[in-house]
Amino acid sequence: MDFADSTEELAFRLRLRDWLSGHDPGLPPSSTADEYWAGQAAWHQTLYDAGFFGLSWPKEIGGLGLPSVYEVILDEELITAGAPPRPSVGYLVQGILRHGSEDVRRRFLPGLVSGRERWCQGFSEPEAGSDLASLRTRAERDGDEYVISGHKVWTSYSDAADWCLVLARTDPVVPKHRGISAFVVPMRQPGIVQRPLKMINGVTREFGEVLFDGARVDATNMIGEVGEGWRLAMTVVSHEREPGELGYVARYGKLVNGLVDAVKERPGTFGPEEQRDLAWAIVEAEMLRCHVSRRLSDRLDGLSHGPEGSVDKLLMTAAEQAVGHAALSIGGVSDPAGVDTWLKVYLYSRAQSVMGGTSQVQRNLIASRILELPTS
Amino acid sequence: MDVRLSPEQSALRGSAVQVVDRLGVRAVAHLDDRERAGKLDAAVDATGWRELRTLAEDGGPWASPVEVAIVAEELGRGLADIAFLGPTMAADLRRLAGAPAAAGRETIALTADLAEPACAVDGDVTGAVAIDAEAATSALVLVAGAEGYAMGAVPVGDVVTGADLTRPMARLTARAAPVSGQTRRLHEGEVAAWRSLGLAVACADLVGTMRGTLALACDYAHARRQFGAAIGSFQAVQHLLADAFVATEGSRSIALHAAWAADALPGPDALAAASAAKAYCARAARAVCETAIQVHGGIGNTWDCLAHVFLRRALLSADVLGGVGDNLARVLAAHGVEVDHGLR
Repeated sequence: MDFADSTEELAFRLRLRDWLSGHDPGLPPSSTADEYWAGQAAWHQTLYDAGFFGLSWPKEIGGLGLPSVYEVILDEELITAGAPPRPSVGYLVQGILRHGSEDVRRRFLPGLVSGRERWCQGFSEPEAGSDLASLRTRAERDGDEYVISGHKVWTSYSDAADWCLVLARTDPVVPKHRGISAFVVPMRQPGIVQRPLKMINGVTREFGEVLFDGARVDATNMIGEVGEGWRLAMTVVSHEREPGELGYVARYGKLVNGLVDAVKERPGTFGPEEQRDLAWAIVEAEMLRCHVSRRLSDRLDGLSHGPEGSVDKLLMTAAEQAVGHAALSIGGVSDPAGVDTWLKVYLYSRAQSVMGGTSQVQRNLIASRILELPTS
Repeated sequence: MDVRLSPEQSALRGSAVQVVDRLGVRAVAHLDDRERAGKLDAAVDATGWRELRTLAEDGGPWASPVEVAIVAEELGRGLADIAFLGPTMAADLRRLAGAPAAAGRETIALTADLAEPACAVDGDVTGAVAIDAEAATSALVLVAGAEGYAMGAVPVGDVVTGADLTRPMARLTARAAPVSGQTRRLHEGEVAAWRSLGLAVACADLVGTMRGTLALACDYAHARRQFGAAIGSFQAVQHLLADAFVATEGSRSIALHAAWAADALPGPDALAAASAAKAYCARAARAVCETAIQVHGGIGNTWDCLAHVFLRRALLSADVLGGVGDNLARVLAAHGVEVDHGLR
C-alpha cells in the first residue's frame, strides 16, 4: 500500500512537470467560459502530441500503454501547473474498445484519442432521460447504409463534433433494451442539424441538441452487432460516472487553488461560514483524489467496472458541489454584471447531479446492485 | 503508486476480522459480559497489535500506520471494547522519545475538549483526560521545553464511561512525573507526525464504525416488513442506505491516505492529510450512524438496539484529537489561510 511514486513514475512526473511549465494554454475554467471550449481541441492535441494523453490506453489505439495510476499523476501535475484538465473522452474510448470490432477500433479510436477528430455522444432524448432504453430515434437499413431519424439532447460538444456515437432503435418489436444498436455517425452531412443549448451559467459551447432527419451512416460503422447497443451504452455510462476516467480531480483541484488564492488576496474579508465552505471544498477535492488513486490502483490487474461507478459518481458530485458552494460563498452574488466567474462555477455545479445519470438513479443502482436490498 | 493492500496487510485484516467477529460486541447485552471482554483483551494482547509502533530491530517501528489502521478499522466495526488507540499512541511516543517500552498498560491524555494532546506545565495537567483508560496504569502527556518536547507520565485513577460505552476515559487528578529512560526530545515536526498517527487511527475506527452500523441497518431493512414488504424495498429507505454507503467509501479512501501519510510524508504534510481525513470521516460517521438509527425506526431509539452503541463510539472517535471544526481550521492553516476565531 503506497501512494508514493515508483522510480519510473517519478521520472515521468518530473518530465511532465517540466513540459507543463512551458505549455499551459492559459484557458479559463471549463465551467465558466466559452473560450475554454474554443481552445479545448488545441489543448487536447498539444497534450497528446507531447506524449501526455491516453496514458493508460493501449498502444494500438494511440495510447501509451502505461499502468492506470499514471492518470492520477497527470491530474496532480495539471493541478500544480494550473493547466486545464485532461480531455474527458475516456468513456467513449472504453466503450468502443470493449464493444467495437477490430475494424471499428482501428478506424475510429486513434482520431478520438489524439484529439484530431472531435466526438459527441447521442444517447439522451427529450422523452428518454433516466429511462434511456425508451429512446425513439430510429435507424433503418437501406442497402449498405442505415438512415437515422430522431432527436437527441444534452449532447455535449455537438457543435464541434466530427462524429456522434448514436444509440438508435433498429428493432421496434423486441423488448426495449434489445432493439437498440450503436453507430458512429458522421456529423458533417445533410440531414443533421445541431443547436446549442445555453446553460444556466451562460455557457453556450458545451451543450447542444441534435436533430437527425434522414442522416446516413455506413453499416460498417455499427459498434457490435445489431441489437447490442444497450451493452455498449452501459459500458459508456458506467465509465462516464468515473472521475478517474473523466480527469475531474484536476478540474476541482484547479478551482480549489483559485478559491484559496482569492481568500488569501483579501485577508479579513471572510467570516467563519465562508471559511468553512472553503475548507470543505479542499477536503472534498482531496477525498476524490485519494478515492481515484484507490480505484485506479484496483485496476492495475486489468480493467473492471461495475456498480461501484455509481459510488464514484456520487462522490464526484459531492466534491463538485462543495466546490460550487465555496465558489458561491467567496464570490458572492453582488457582481452587478452577474457574470462573475465564481457564480458561473457554482451554477455549473448543479448539473453534476444530473449529467451521466442522476444522483437518484445512482442511489437506486447502489441499493440494488451493491447493498442487494430487496426489490419492491 | 499502488494503494492496494499487500498480501501481508490482507492477512492482517483477516486476523483482525476473525478476532473481532468471535469476541466483539454483537448485542448490547455483550457490553456487560466481562468474561468476553477479557478474552478479547487477551486475544489482542496475544497478537501484539498494541505494540505495532514499538521499536523494531531496524530502528523504526514494527509496522507502519497502515497496519495500525487496518486493525483499528476492524476493532471499530466490531465495537471492540478494549484499548487500542491510546496504547498505540503511547508506544509511538515512547519510541520517538527514545524511551523503553512501558512496563504496564499505558495510554495517552488529551486536553479536556479532547482536541489536542495534553501538555503539562510544571507538572500540572489540570483538566486533562486519559482516553482508552481501561486497565491503564498511567497516561503520557507532553512536556514543552526549550529543546523540544519531553514526555511526562500521570497515574490513571478511576475510569468512567462517557458517551462511548465501549471505551471508558479517566479525568487526571495527579501531577505529571518525568518518564525515565528518555534519550531525546521531540521537535514540532515529530509531534505533528505523532498527532497524524492518532488522527489516522481515529479515522480508521470511524470507518469501521460506519461499516458496522451500515451492515446492521441493511440487515434490518431486509428483515423488517411494513405495508406487506421489506422496508429495504422502499426507495426512500434505499436512498438513505445508499448515501450512507457512499459516505463510508469516501471515508475509506481519504482515511487510507491519511494512514499512509502519517509515516511517509513530513510531519506538517502528514498532519494536513490527517486533518482533512478527520474532518471528512467525523462528519460522515455521525450521518451514517444517524441513518442507521432512522432505518431502525422506533427500535433504533431503544437502548437494546446496537445502533446507538455505534453512534456513541463514533461521537468519541470524532472528537479525539479534534472534531470537524478543529480539523477544518487545520486544513485551512495548512493552505496558508488565516483562521481568526476557529471553525468549531
